[in-house]
Amino acid sequence: MTTAHSLTAVDAAPGAESEPRRKRIALVASKGTLDQAYPPLILATTAASLGWEAGIYFTFYGLDILHEERLAKLKVASLANPSGPVQLPNLLGALPGATAAATKVMRKWMSDAKMPTVPEFIEMAQGLGVRFFACATTMGVMGVEESDLIQGCDIAGAAAFLDFAAESDVQLFV
Amino acid sequence: MTQPAPTDLKVADTLDCSGLLCPLPVYKTALALGTLSPGDVLELICTDPGSLEDIPAMARQRGDTLVGLEDRKGTQIFWIEKGRST
Repeated sequence: MTTAHSLTAVDAAPGAESEPRRKRIALVASKGTLDQAYPPLILATTAASLGWEAGIYFTFYGLDILHEERLAKLKVASLANPSGPVQLPNLLGALPGATAAATKVMRKWMSDAKMPTVPEFIEMAQGLGVRFFACATTMGVMGVEESDLIQGCDIAGAAAFLDFAAESDVQLFV
Repeated sequence: MTQPAPTDLKVADTLDCSGLLCPLPVYKTALALGTLSPGDVLELICTDPGSLEDIPAMARQRGDTLVGLEDRKGTQIFWIEKGRST
């Protein structure tokens, strides 16, 4: 099959021969809780610090991590979270205020350990050139507009992310 | 787990990451190395026990050279010579 035009892959072979190919990590962030926002951001930031290319595909609830209004208000589940910061029987974990309490404890843990907040991690990652892919389908399903997202995201479907991931050395789903 | 640094080592910059946990020492080290030239040595102070594995791994991945390491009762001091990387 031949086509008149050629599609340029996101990661076409590096143009300059002198530039060695950099390692690449492709992460999927599918969860929108405070605790689960950290691992993909930590791994991507670390990878970029190692000199790797890094990209995160934010899909389903994970898209909240790119949502300008929601990203600073991510919460920790108090229900059905046996390892959570507030260890409650499920019956009590369902009470009003339990999620807020679990979230407060997690935030304090992080701040006492001098760990950056999620917005700070996002800034660090973007500063190192980590690519953020916002899942286009999630946006359509959940009614999220491009203007709802932080600056610097690529709106992408699965094929575009897989095009990036196909040339990666490490792939992780969070 | 100590690898004495050469006695004639010239340190271009010192970065204190005491009290910081992963990924901050690695992140801050990358930023600090970014301001140096190839061949320059960064002195790095860490207290996160994970750094004992992380910093050598970082040097391997980036193409820098760990020229010295001292582990003093919970404080680790690394000397990293910047390679030709970023």
